[in-house]
Amino acid sequence: MTQKKTVEDRLWFSGNEAIALGAHEAGVKVASGYPGTPSTEILENLTRYDDVYTEWAPNEKVALEVVIGASFAGVRAMATMKHVGLNVAADPLFTASYTGGRGGLVVIVADDPTMHSSQNEQDSRNYAFSAKLPMLEPSDPAEAKEFLHLAFAVSEQFDTPVLLRTCTRIAHVKGVVRPEPARTLPAAEPGIEKMPAKFVMLPANARQRRVVIGERQRQLARFAEQFEENRVEWGDKQKGFITSGVSYLYVKEAFPEASVLKLGMVQPLPEKMIRDFARQVETLYVVEELDPFIELQIKAMGISCHGKDLIPAIGELNVALVRQAISNEPGRVEFEPVPVMPRPPNMCAGCPHRGLFYCLSRMGVFVSGDIGCYTLGFLPPLSAMDSCVCMGASIGVAHGMAKALGADGQGKVVAVIGDSTFIHSGITGLINMVYNKDFGTVVILDNRITAMTGHQPNPASGATLMGEPANAIDFEQLCRAVGVKHVQTVNPHDLKATRAALKEEIERPEVSVVITRAPCVLIPAEKKRKKYPYGTIIAKCTGCGVCIRLGCPAIQWTPLTPAEAKERGYKEKQKGFSQISEEVCNGCGQCVALCKFEAIAREEN
Amino acid sequence: MDTSGNILFCGVGGQGILLASEITAHVLLATGLDVKKSEVHGMAQRGGSVEAHLRFGKKVYSPLIEPGTVDILVAFEQLEAVRYLPYLHKKSRVIVNTQKILPPAVATGKLAYPGDSLAQLEQRGLAVVPVDGFALAKEAGEIRAANVVLVGAMSVFMPVAEQEFVKVIEKRVPPRFREANMKAFQKGRRAGGK
Repeated sequence: MTQKKTVEDRLWFSGNEAIALGAHEAGVKVASGYPGTPSTEILENLTRYDDVYTEWAPNEKVALEVVIGASFAGVRAMATMKHVGLNVAADPLFTASYTGGRGGLVVIVADDPTMHSSQNEQDSRNYAFSAKLPMLEPSDPAEAKEFLHLAFAVSEQFDTPVLLRTCTRIAHVKGVVRPEPARTLPAAEPGIEKMPAKFVMLPANARQRRVVIGERQRQLARFAEQFEENRVEWGDKQKGFITSGVSYLYVKEAFPEASVLKLGMVQPLPEKMIRDFARQVETLYVVEELDPFIELQIKAMGISCHGKDLIPAIGELNVALVRQAISNEPGRVEFEPVPVMPRPPNMCAGCPHRGLFYCLSRMGVFVSGDIGCYTLGFLPPLSAMDSCVCMGASIGVAHGMAKALGADGQGKVVAVIGDSTFIHSGITGLINMVYNKDFGTVVILDNRITAMTGHQPNPASGATLMGEPANAIDFEQLCRAVGVKHVQTVNPHDLKATRAALKEEIERPEVSVVITRAPCVLIPAEKKRKKYPYGTIIAKCTGCGVCIRLGCPAIQWTPLTPAEAKERGYKEKQKGFSQISEEVCNGCGQCVALCKFEAIAREEN
Repeated sequence: MDTSGNILFCGVGGQGILLASEITAHVLLATGLDVKKSEVHGMAQRGGSVEAHLRFGKKVYSPLIEPGTVDILVAFEQLEAVRYLPYLHKKSRVIVNTQKILPPAVATGKLAYPGDSLAQLEQRGLAVVPVDGFALAKEAGEIRAANVVLVGAMSVFMPVAEQEFVKVIEKRVPPRFREANMKAFQKGRRAGGK
């Protein structure tokens, strides 16, 4: 229990913590997911309640399949993922719409408008429409918890998976949430019940179920008219807003006097309710983030409204934006922005990925990249990543390039992929490479953890989400088993060995794998390990700048004027010198190997 | 700033911005007000710009602060204070940690660190409170308590009694760091003008 966060009867919870609490209160028995910002903390918080089984799955498709199975066995089950993860899970999602389940089945999907940490922007409401599934959309943490209860009730009442959509401004917003006693459910006992006509989706059965879904959609549409979280807040009838999710909060703040139809269920829509509301207000506005999902359906009803003609379809909304779009009032900005140099994220001091990317950056190859911390290898000064599409795509992209280039591509394309991403959906790409006779090289950056999302264990880590020891995948054996004959493992902090291994494998006219293995510096065991930081012997530094090219946050360049250089005893033409911050340095030693002048050293202990 | 207001915390990943905003949120929650806080995770944890929006009042809708409406800006780094200028209004209070953390372009020698961040704010008539958080935290015996120094300086300008902050810090800081953090908070109060 997370009771230490209690403020009397009020909890100070993020949307993700609130959803975890809601799942606990609703009696969820099995929950699976794959980490993805901003959805990650739901499972991490749910695992604190000991009455629920939680796990990280290799990818979102598997996670959804697991919870479909749990629902078939009669318990309430839940899967969590971000919007791009729902793409991966789309296949089972569309068929789960046909099967339904026995225990309630809820899929949480967290969208990321503005792409704070995502490779694309997409509106998951379209999936609900397309898969013919109901979707609920809360506005803040308190509603997120409440809506989870409603989602399970709808799921069981209509025998359907239910999608619950959040976004960054719900998942990572903290607000006041009121806890309730956990509810006991009659359906919470697992058991086997054979229902082949419902669970076996071969064509003859699926055709029957397709008709059932049609009827379910009609019932859900009627239910939407009565659903307590679709509600009208009457005010001044000059302006009427139809809105949902976090957009509702922006509308309420920008236009506190106006009438608002707040939709807690965005699919299907309550048509009668919308018509009644539209009839009674002078001007109708639809305020929604991203796609004109509600707007298009309202227009299809023959009702005219303002929507994306005024409200941007790109990125997050906010109060100022909504106010300005609707009323044309200028914002309240009193100070114009001034140009400030960007401060992009960076790989940590001592990050093992830096060594690999340094080597790759000097080899002139096309680096087909993937999703994880190592995507930061794209940034200067390393600038060592040339493409990045989606989780697991690096290997397929490299293969496609190799096939397109033919013999000319030999030795020029390399795929890089992290351990967790390789397991997520990279392994199938590698199998394809072997099967279809590629000559490329895949580098698996194995730091034994899913680092980018906050250090979740994965099948290579040797631990489960619930903290139990587990098998840690042997990548060398795995790669050999799929048919890769040449597998080398190196320590990426050892630049010389890494360069040698890369050179040898890239030149080889056969599929090969280089595993760069060293632990992430942020995992607890590494943080606890005593560090022996390096320092610069200033007198020996010639200002050649090679160490700066690593882009390590511990190494800083101090520029010198000719007079300052002279004063410090350097040659007058020396432009500056490097210094290592002992507080930041993690002692990985990559820079030591680069310094020809032996100006980097540490006191040995 | 009365019983409602907006506080924006900004700085660089790893500076303790989220803890500072948590402490402040808990102080406000204890007064019985509605409070909302919004933060962005993900890439920002790797040394990038970090911001936390904190809003309080009888009823808070939007979790995001509107530009032009920040009552107190708590900037953990000089340059970052300037980045959030459009969020301020003429009466905003700006608490600035004078510490400089070099952005990558500066650390690699491509650009120079701008030298006039505080002056840029003062030139616009803003009430700037510079705080050497790092030095004061060191004096208090815990260099990692610079965030609590800044909370101390900020607390001077909030409609909440000092004692409320003391209670929350005592509760949220591990026992072995408690004394240093209390000292850090008091040093912050003095830097804020108390």
